[in-house]
Amino acid sequence: MYDLLIFLTLIAAGYSVGTLLEKRHYRSIHKREKAFLYLPAVTMKTVDYPEEKIRSAELVYGSVVISIDYFKKILAGLRNIFGGTVKSYESLVDRARREALLRMKEMAGDATVIVNVRIETSTISRKANQEGVGCLEAIAYGTALTLEK
Amino acid sequence: MIITNIETVPGKTIVEHFGLVSGSTIRAKHIGRDIMASLKNLVGGELKGYTQLLQESRNQAIDRMTEHARQMGANAIVNVRFSTSSIAQGAAELYAYGTAVRVR
Repeated sequence: MYDLLIFLTLIAAGYSVGTLLEKRHYRSIHKREKAFLYLPAVTMKTVDYPEEKIRSAELVYGSVVISIDYFKKILAGLRNIFGGTVKSYESLVDRARREALLRMKEMAGDATVIVNVRIETSTISRKANQEGVGCLEAIAYGTALTLEK
Repeated sequence: MIITNIETVPGKTIVEHFGLVSGSTIRAKHIGRDIMASLKNLVGGELKGYTQLLQESRNQAIDRMTEHARQMGANAIVNVRFSTSSIAQGAAELYAYGTAVRVR
């Protein structure tokens, strides 16, 4: 009986606080993505700038570790039985990657363009739906080029 | 030391290759952070302790790689890649590798 009560409390807490945190995070992502529109991040290795105008090239990177809430973890577990799109994990990796890209851009400062951007994700604890902390790390890195004005 | 993850250093020419350089580090956070992380796991969101852990480790891996390149007499590292793997619960290995070159 008590076990069920604890379980329901955890689900309720995970749902309410988790949804709130996710909404807040998305708002902040949208705001910062708009602010960083002047700094394009491309996956190409070269851009059409004259070589002699490039003042500096520097490695920039950003990373974030994000965990899933208890409610979504249960939801994903249920989804595993029937198969199909696991929406709750989609938003998790989406948030992690976009946050990592933003942090990379923050590190680039007043650069003109970031070339050869790579995004990687990895789990730093055990598998997400097993016991232990279900979280994933996203890292974005690239080369920031600064042009002479 | 110039570090890029493309094959060249834009605006400069590579005059000498020194081969592969790498740096790695394995780090763990103290148990308090692990407990905080598993509590935070209930409501989701960013695990700041782990983010910081990985950031510090990545910086250390880059430092070690840079040191390695400096010993060889290089002044730039091109084509740098990162990789992460988990060794045990709460510990992470960070690895950075690239090609040490001299540019002019």
